[in-house]
Amino acid sequence: MNEEKNYIEGLLGGIRTLCVGLKTSMREFFTKKITEQYPENRNELQMFERFRGSLTMPHNENNEHKCIACGLCQMACPNGSINVVSEMVETEDGKKKKQLVRYEYNLGCCMFCQLCTRACAHGAISFDQSFENAVFDRAKLVKVLNQPGSKVVEKKVVKKPEPAAAPAAEAKA
Amino acid sequence: MFDFDFKIVTEWLHALLTGVMPEWAAILTESILVALAIITLYAVFAIVLIYMERKVCAAFQCRLGPMRVGPWGTLQVFGDVFKMLTKEIINLRKTDMFLHNLAPFLVVTASMTTFACLPWNKGAQIIDFNVGIFFFLAISSLGVVGILLAGWSSNNKYSLIGAMRSGAQIISYELSIGMTMLTMICLTGTMSFSEICAQQAAEGWNIFRGHIPAVIAFVIYLIAGNAECNRGPFDLPECESELTAGYHTEYSGMHFGYYYLAEYLNLFICAGMASTIFLGGWAPLVIPGLEGFNEVMACIPGAVWFVGKTFFVVFLLMWLRWTFPRLRIDQILSLEWKYLVPLSMINLVLMALVIAYGLHF
Repeated sequence: MNEEKNYIEGLLGGIRTLCVGLKTSMREFFTKKITEQYPENRNELQMFERFRGSLTMPHNENNEHKCIACGLCQMACPNGSINVVSEMVETEDGKKKKQLVRYEYNLGCCMFCQLCTRACAHGAISFDQSFENAVFDRAKLVKVLNQPGSKVVEKKVVKKPEPAAAPAAEAKA
Repeated sequence: MFDFDFKIVTEWLHALLTGVMPEWAAILTESILVALAIITLYAVFAIVLIYMERKVCAAFQCRLGPMRVGPWGTLQVFGDVFKMLTKEIINLRKTDMFLHNLAPFLVVTASMTTFACLPWNKGAQIIDFNVGIFFFLAISSLGVVGILLAGWSSNNKYSLIGAMRSGAQIISYELSIGMTMLTMICLTGTMSFSEICAQQAAEGWNIFRGHIPAVIAFVIYLIAGNAECNRGPFDLPECESELTAGYHTEYSGMHFGYYYLAEYLNLFICAGMASTIFLGGWAPLVIPGLEGFNEVMACIPGAVWFVGKTFFVVFLLMWLRWTFPRLRIDQILSLEWKYLVPLSMINLVLMALVIAYGLHF
């Protein structure tokens, strides 16, 4: 008797699960298709947000970036595709300060692991969604990310000393 | 328009031909014309079905499918067909040459002969006699001989395994196909396709007339028909991952093309049989009481009804194929022998009871 019960239950359960599968695929049939018609929709094509195209250093409207030339990204990069060239300058109040001269990024040996953007404490570098990176000469893959004449965003002068994390957050805002 | 009898055309043609030539020559000419018509239809439907398969499969997988060649990729299949036609047929050493070359023709002949059984319109039927369904079942099982020969003559163990699986599967599933057809013959009381269609035009589609047992028979027929066509989830005779391409691994060029054609046309024939036996063939949808609706439906030609219903069933079969994963050989056989055969036997008894007590419409 138990065997017959199992047979019937198995049959009905099987039919039910098959119907669930059919329902799922029918829903998929009517969803919007994800295929991109690439060269035709080149103008309106939007890559998804987490796509890693190439490394960029965002600048604000005053031609200022957030890089303090600490070199953490260079150290984090397993392929050595980042080279931070910096110089020491003396500020008005007599303090010595490191300043970014050139931020060289070699797209050709980047493996898009995002270790550099994770290492950056100031959020100075990020990956954009550009993917048309093909060039005819390998030398063109070495890019200088800081724009000419740009400088680092100056921290606002505050009276009392803030905790370490605050300036970064402020700079972001 | 619905009452248009295709016999008018055929009789007119016959009268015309007998006017200018003796009877035997007229019949010979007509046979050649019909053969040409059916081969053309066969090729056209194969192309349409391959295009449909690619598009439907893509839609089920959230893709677009072929889009580049021609508008919406419509010329893609023509490109594939011409590629296939121009490719070399490679003869391999140590194969049984005669059987190796014979096998694709057996498969395609069986498929074309069953294709000729389909009722396209009132009076537009090529093979039609009193044991039509019986003839259909007999001819459709000829294809398995071709598959077995292909596997055997290829001198390749993968081909042989594929062919043996195919043989086991097709022979098993023929049982439930036969049983479901028997169920419907109980209801119709005839085996002739033209009479089945005419009956459904007069009294309503069999799936409505036979209600519960007819619906069960329809579902079993769809499952078994899918297995008969060697299509997923029952496509293990040619599963790529284990057997490269199964029984047609060693074929190239148009010999492979015949298997490809026959596979898609068997799908069409299977769907066409389903629409003939269950969904009324060329009979339009008639809802008692809605006179205006019935008038509109009757204006649509019978051939359009038939092809429309067939493509609806083809879509159902493709839905099945692209939803379920492939079964193992023991699962396939246990599905047939432990579930479908007992179910269709019970269904046959149920149908007999329904008819004996006059519970059908």
